Amino acid sequence: MNATIEVRNLRTHFFTRAGVLKAVDDVSFSVARGQVLGLVGESGSGKSVTGFSIIGLVDPPGRVVGGSILYQGRDLAKLSEREMRSLRGDRIAMIFQDPMMTLNPVLRVDTQMIEAIQAHAKVSRAEARTRSRDALGMVGIPSPEERLESYPHQFSGGMRQRVAIAIALLHNPDLLIADEPTTALDVTIQAQILAEVQKLAADYGTALIWITHDLSVIAGLADRIAVMYAGRIVEFGEAASVLDSPVHPYTNGLIGSVPSRNKRGERLRQIPGMTPSLLTLPPGCAFRTRCARADATCEQEPPEGTVSPDHVARCFHPMIAVPA
Amino acid sequence: MTAPIIELRGVSKRFGPAYDAAARITRGLTRRFGGAPKNETVRAVDTVDLTVARGEVVGLVGESGCGKSTLGRMVAGIMPPSDGQVLFEGRDIATLSAHEAKTAKLKVQMIFQDPYASLNPRLRVAEIVGEAPRIHGMIPHGEFDTYLDAQLRRAGLDPAYKRRYPHQFSGGQRQRIGIARALAVQPEFLVCDEAVAALDVSIQAQILNLFMDLRRELDLTYLFISHDLGVVEHLSDRVLIMYLGRIVESAPTEAVFTHANHPYTRALLSEVPRIEARKRRFTAITGEIPSPLNPPTGCHFHPRCPFAMARCSVESPALREIAAGHRSACHLND
Ligand SMILES: Nc1ncnc2c1ncn2[C@@H]1O[C@H](COP(=O)(O)OP(=O)(O)OP(=O)(O)O)[C@@H](O)[C@H]1O
Ligand SMILES: Nc1ncnc2c1ncn2[C@@H]1O[C@H](COP(=O)(O)OP(=O)(O)OP(=O)(O)O)[C@@H](O)[C@H]1O
Ligand code: SF4
Ligand code: SF4
Ligand SMILES: [Mg+2]
Ligand SMILES: [Mg+2]
Repeated sequence: MNATIEVRNLRTHFFTRAGVLKAVDDVSFSVARGQVLGLVGESGSGKSVTGFSIIGLVDPPGRVVGGSILYQGRDLAKLSEREMRSLRGDRIAMIFQDPMMTLNPVLRVDTQMIEAIQAHAKVSRAEARTRSRDALGMVGIPSPEERLESYPHQFSGGMRQRVAIAIALLHNPDLLIADEPTTALDVTIQAQILAEVQKLAADYGTALIWITHDLSVIAGLADRIAVMYAGRIVEFGEAASVLDSPVHPYTNGLIGSVPSRNKRGERLRQIPGMTPSLLTLPPGCAFRTRCARADATCEQEPPEGTVSPDHVARCFHPMIAVPA
Repeated sequence: MTAPIIELRGVSKRFGPAYDAAARITRGLTRRFGGAPKNETVRAVDTVDLTVARGEVVGLVGESGCGKSTLGRMVAGIMPPSDGQVLFEGRDIATLSAHEAKTAKLKVQMIFQDPYASLNPRLRVAEIVGEAPRIHGMIPHGEFDTYLDAQLRRAGLDPAYKRRYPHQFSGGQRQRIGIARALAVQPEFLVCDEAVAALDVSIQAQILNLFMDLRRELDLTYLFISHDLGVVEHLSDRVLIMYLGRIVESAPTEAVFTHANHPYTRALLSEVPRIEARKRRFTAITGEIPSPLNPPTGCHFHPRCPFAMARCSVESPALREIAAGHRSACHLND
């Protein structure tokens, strides 16, 4: 079986004046047709940069310095900028965490959507306009006809986010990278969007990489989950298995911090300590300064260990007894 | 009795095409080319009354586009209402002297929903966070860096990053810059507009714990706008539910989550995804979402309400007390 996207040993670094910042450091995963990979993890751990790397939009001083990204078996690094442009926004789409990365503040919404359609499809302006209106309706924007004439600043935060979603879905992509797509949305509209996305995966076999902090959305949507910490995937596995029996101490701490697992009004559980600076990562496990299970072994690089057939973690002392 | 820290009296906000010259010009063009004239006034906030007592945490929830941020901006005094009054410590902010208005503005801070748009891309983090408290003399002489580092660390940011520009940060890191900036001027009232939405749950917990500590130590008051009902439940004393520009229910947190009254509130609560649910089918919206460009007559919720009666499409229900401290706007309560 061929994966829609396969990322192997990806390394994306930022060459800043203060030093080399390893935002993504040896990340591997693959997503098959119609499958949903949930990408979760610490804020600043490299989730967005992983997405930017796949669609080829890492800005200097950042650079992909290692690994390969195969889209339907083709190495994306070997494509010309022109070939990449024709895939991007059409076969491979990304919903950015910042909707204003998709939207131009000085252009009306209809202008932008029509342009996005005509960039990849030979349709008349009128036809493109109708499709734009329907796409706005699909993401739950009322009075879509009137709203097409608005500028982005006349929309609410969640409405801007939904326009960006609508644009990403215009061409039924084969691969959709969604970066925090529903954070600004209430549960009703969120369910509407998630229903559309599930339909897309079912009808067109779209492979999804869903980046989010919302573990309850991931629980309902993802087939598999990758947990990132300091540029690495520290735990990876089947969704139920990662959520119900996380073995990496970071994942465990993360799930324990969800408010619904805490008592109302009391202090919320949080992982002690602070995120290490990616500029000055000590050798060994990046989590060790915050980990209750750390010992001298953890000063070495933890290898990837198998927990169960579809569940791996990078930890010397995972939270269950691993059968020998 | 001391005056409430914030009070809104009959506050409305309408966005008309008249405020936007560029849109007017282009619209003129489309009309000339045969576009039909359209209804263009957005009724973002519609006659809202609200009282917030000092030290209270009030949660504000509602559908995307229902007017929460607009209401938050008016409370923070950075957007004037079209109608009605905003009172800070008992005084209409529209009538304050320039000097008083400045002080009031400093005391009420807003953490913006959109961390990207709200940070000046040309300023370093040190300036974004440290400038205002320095200008307003909040930092003892010679202690700028100590003060700044403490502010950053408190918001979960590494002070080593203070010479960086906003674009060099991740989404959640930028949000924390916004939090540090708002807290650095020692406000008394904080409007948090989706202030923790971009944070992973552990860092989110750290920030929410900080908010609770500040409340205990400094009696800080919050208007907490969020789509995350779990967070709202955890933090708030009272919750307001907004639908298409109006407050439709207001009650102590306990009451909202155990026996909500308004049909919209109940519909909203029934849809909250739970972390315990695995790989489920999400359901699309049934019926049409009403538009603030052309709000339904009577009760705004009637096109989607399973209990709607003839009267609901004609008569707008008033927000009335149905139990102690619990108010709801629905004809079913008659
Ligand atoms: N242009 C840049 N220059 C320097 N460092 C950068 C730049 N862009 C991102 N980084 C750093 O790379 C790291 C990874 O960032 P990324 O945006 O991928 O995080 P993330 O996992 O998406 O976090 P969040 O959940 O907060 O959005 C962060 O520590 C960030 O500070
Ligand atoms: N500057 C503006 N000009 C014109 N219309 C506006 C402006 N700001 C907001 N609106 C409109 O007012 C309504 C309410 O917007 P607001 O941003 O308050 O919603 P919200 O409840 O915060 O939504 P979200 O949850 O998506 O952030 C929306 O219909 C929006 O299009
Ligand atoms: S390798 Fe060691 S420090 Fe790292 S998570 Fe596992 S136990 Fe903790
Ligand atoms: S007033 Fe009528 S339409 Fe509105 S919520 Fe109550 S029953 Fe439903
Ligand atoms: Mg990100
Ligand atoms: Mg808003």
